[in-house]
Amino acid sequence: MCLAIPARIIELTGDNAVVDAMGNHFKAKTTLLKDVKLGDLVLVHAGFAITIVDEEEARETWELIAEINDYNKTPNKISG
Amino acid sequence: MLDRIYKAQNLISEACKKQGRAINIMEVCGTHTVAIFRSGIRATLPEGLNLLSGPGCPVCVTDQSYIDTVLELADKSDVLIATYGDMIRVPGHGGSLETRQPANNVKVVFSSQDAIQIAKDNSDKTVIFLAVGFETTAPATGVIVMQAAREKIENFCILSGHKLVVPAMRALLSGKNDKIDAFLCPGHVSVIIGYGAYEEIVRDFKRPCVVAGFEPIQIIEGLAEICHQLVEGAAETKSIYKAAVTEKGNLKAQQIISECFEAADGYWRGLGKIDKSTLKLKDKYSRFDAYQRYNITETPHAELEGCRCGEVLCGLIRPPECSLFGKKCTPQSPVGPCMVSSEGTCAAYYKYGTRRKKS
Repeated sequence: MCLAIPARIIELTGDNAVVDAMGNHFKAKTTLLKDVKLGDLVLVHAGFAITIVDEEEARETWELIAEINDYNKTPNKISG
Repeated sequence: MLDRIYKAQNLISEACKKQGRAINIMEVCGTHTVAIFRSGIRATLPEGLNLLSGPGCPVCVTDQSYIDTVLELADKSDVLIATYGDMIRVPGHGGSLETRQPANNVKVVFSSQDAIQIAKDNSDKTVIFLAVGFETTAPATGVIVMQAAREKIENFCILSGHKLVVPAMRALLSGKNDKIDAFLCPGHVSVIIGYGAYEEIVRDFKRPCVVAGFEPIQIIEGLAEICHQLVEGAAETKSIYKAAVTEKGNLKAQQIISECFEAADGYWRGLGKIDKSTLKLKDKYSRFDAYQRYNITETPHAELEGCRCGEVLCGLIRPPECSLFGKKCTPQSPVGPCMVSSEGTCAAYYKYGTRRKKS
């Protein structure tokens, strides 16, 4: 549940951001971060950016998520 | 990359030989639990190293009384329950949010922000947000409580089930399971609280605490760091998840937690009552506290018959040792929360095929 995914801020108005994670766009709040700007990579947890991360960290995690997605296409998937 | 893996593996093997007895390392994070299973790391570890899954899945550690309270609240006709998805399938006495009828007053949300929006859109109902999760999730709840106060959204309240990781680690070492030699500390909780937060475990219990990220290489290097410390007779708190975790953590998020919440004694599944281990809304936000609004007192409820999730959460047994595992209790028809949550230890054992007797 404490899963957080890296995403890039592509729109930012006040503390309302739209972020891009692997081509998916969704809303995220930046209320928990002190200095954040357009183009930053952030870790998003439950709709909130919790920290800024670097490119390499983001890339590694995206690769891992892609791998999990592939795995989850196999049968015996657990939902929940 | 392979060099790093071999180096870490060698370090772990050497440490196990030198130690001359089994090394027990507990991870306290549901995401680590799943990452360890999925990556197949267990198969690469020497026999002398035991990986235990601790109380790191928020849904799993939520006491039965909380689940039963939620089911009672959901029966009220003027209430909407807003919850993260994991909670809806957890069985209470008399069903789950998913199976109870009518089920149309339960709304699954992705973010706490969605919960406050539901309250704004449904002024004739009271929206109760099921605020579960560790320090990673608590700031997101704090933000909406402050928003509700600021915008005077009175048809909104939270049922706080938020928990703190360090008091649970203390409780384990103080009695439930003192065989734990070290902790692999949670990555994203530590983003918020900082790796310095584990200093008290190092100081009071002399146990290494190492924060790792979620890639297999990070986990195995985290284990190697722990083994290195154990062989040296050292105990330090350290982060190898440097991209995201600092010593002091996210101060702004910590400020939001302390603005809204205070630490209170509370019940955990498997661990019982732990001092100052849960987050309760401060008096100035008490009108958003569902416990107060509905006059609920927290008393421990019996766990469901035969369910051994409590022992699993303390690292005392492995899921296959529970007689319900894989028989009466499966992900499709779970009895206990550790089988419900995708991050639960039982679900991970079931899904990743370690149903052999010894693992």
